[in-house]
Amino acid sequence: MSVLELTDITGGYGETEILHSVSMRVDEKEIVVIIGPNGAGKSTAMKAVFGLLNLTAGTVRLNDKDITHLAPEQVVRKGVCYVPQVGNVFPNLSVEENLEMGAYVRTDDFGPRIQEMYELFPDLRTKRSEAAGALSGGQRQMVAMAKALMLDPKILLLDEPTAGLSPKYRGEIFRVVRDINSIGVAILMVEQNAKQALNIADRGYILVDGQNRMDDTGPALLSNPEVGEMFLGGGTDKAA
Amino acid sequence: MIDLLNFHIIPGLVLGSIYALGAIGVSLVFGILRFANFAHGDTMTLGTYITYTFIHLTPLYGIVALPLALLIAVPAAMIATGLIVLIIDRLFYRPFRNSPVIIVVIASFGMMLMIRSSIEMIWGPQLKAMITGIQPPWFFFDTIRVLPKHVAILIAALVLMGIIHYLLSHTKIGKAMRAMADSPDLARVTGIDTERVVKATWMIGTALAVAAGVFLALDGQMKPLMGFSVLLAVFASAILGGIGRPYGAMAGGLVIGVAEELSTYPWIGDGPLLSPGYKAGVSFAIMVAMLIWRPNGLFKGKVF
Ligand SMILES: Nc1ncnc2c1ncn2[C@@H]1O[C@H](COP(=O)(O)OP(=O)(O)OP(=O)(O)O)[C@@H](O)[C@H]1O
Ligand SMILES: [Mg+2]
Repeated sequence: MSVLELTDITGGYGETEILHSVSMRVDEKEIVVIIGPNGAGKSTAMKAVFGLLNLTAGTVRLNDKDITHLAPEQVVRKGVCYVPQVGNVFPNLSVEENLEMGAYVRTDDFGPRIQEMYELFPDLRTKRSEAAGALSGGQRQMVAMAKALMLDPKILLLDEPTAGLSPKYRGEIFRVVRDINSIGVAILMVEQNAKQALNIADRGYILVDGQNRMDDTGPALLSNPEVGEMFLGGGTDKAA
Repeated sequence: MIDLLNFHIIPGLVLGSIYALGAIGVSLVFGILRFANFAHGDTMTLGTYITYTFIHLTPLYGIVALPLALLIAVPAAMIATGLIVLIIDRLFYRPFRNSPVIIVVIASFGMMLMIRSSIEMIWGPQLKAMITGIQPPWFFFDTIRVLPKHVAILIAALVLMGIIHYLLSHTKIGKAMRAMADSPDLARVTGIDTERVVKATWMIGTALAVAAGVFLALDGQMKPLMGFSVLLAVFASAILGGIGRPYGAMAGGLVIGVAEELSTYPWIGDGPLLSPGYKAGVSFAIMVAMLIWRPNGLFKGKVF
């Protein structure tokens, strides 16, 4: 069964239509990667899940229940967590306060969960009382992911988690994505580092001009010559 | 020299803490709702009149002494005024949450006029006194002269600022307020109940406005224009502190209050440097200078 399923999503911001009948799904325990050129609508597709878009058609279903018209805070309550591409931490809150905000909808004691996050991201433990905005890009991304994991989500949406990071942090993020996934969290991830991403992906979607262009398993996309030319060539790794 | 302390610095600190309390509310609303609330001064007035009503039109004052009556009436007025402001928000501001900012700014301007007119209709346009009678000042070391009400205002303002600090740094709702001031969009996708944060912001900002209004009335007179007459200084304080930053607003208020009072000290010759009638010009001048040279406020560092 699909955890998350977008069907024929059409819509955009205000009047302009950005997505034209986009469909994709994430099954249980899968890592699914979205790749595509800049401005293809990858981030927009993620926002559609969170009800941040004006949709003219299409549905979003979570575990077979329609969540198309839910407000963002309700989507979170259903177990979908989201790390946006930019502005994904509260810069003036400390690292620990960011994690607390991640747990906002929880009413139980989430102290142990914070400790688990510090084990997953050991760098953050020493920075716990520093303002998130003062951290390096890689550490900020870790705060953003830890914050999103506070709710123990069923599915995690990551929008370009490794953009602009050094190879060391990039490897670290991919490692964590795999770790999270191995404990049963489904992942939907937009990535510019297509090769690395497809390597860990079960399946991938290629989005161009707001439309589905191609979808296949990770290995199949990796070995597809057309994909290789478009996204895996030397010049596409913009973050390097 | 002792006159400088007695007649300028101490009254300046009192005035400054009143501005500060007002400015925290302006800053919180700006940080979280992203608009300059012109009605804030008249919210102060409204809270003051409601406090007055609780004290004088109920048997309260006959039963307990004034300080205690204030301790009961002010919190009650904070809640009552806060609820009125929540209704105002629901009816006049919330429909414009996703509209351009200027619309809700103008709405608050209209609200300012409506609140003031309502006050004039309900309580009348004439001057009123929250307390009557003259208090003898206290003397310290035979030279420092302080009015008891000034001591009370300073202590109360300090306590309120301490509470605000605790709220913002140690409570879930306070942290959520800071989070939302940082990024409303991220707050929403994080699952923060943003409308609840907005309500908390109005309640807290209004509570401080009521305190500021009552202190202003204790320090001088009550009239329907009292809140509006300090709105400029309150905005100047908020801007000086970096608008959207409550801690800056506290400092900004104190600076503006002391600066206004110091401007009337006879620095050169025998007469006051500025005639007291022009005191308000000082905050205006500071505000304009800040907007030109340091629009982010004095405190670039820690926001909120
Ligand atoms: N908030 C917005 N308001 C209006 N238009 C937007 C907004 N965000 C994005 N767009 C437009 O929507 C289109 C798709 O943008 P989107 O951010 O989804 O692309 P993307 O595939 O994520 O690109 P990138 O690789 O650069 O992140 C672009 O033309 C962009 O200009
Ligand atoms: Mg994007």
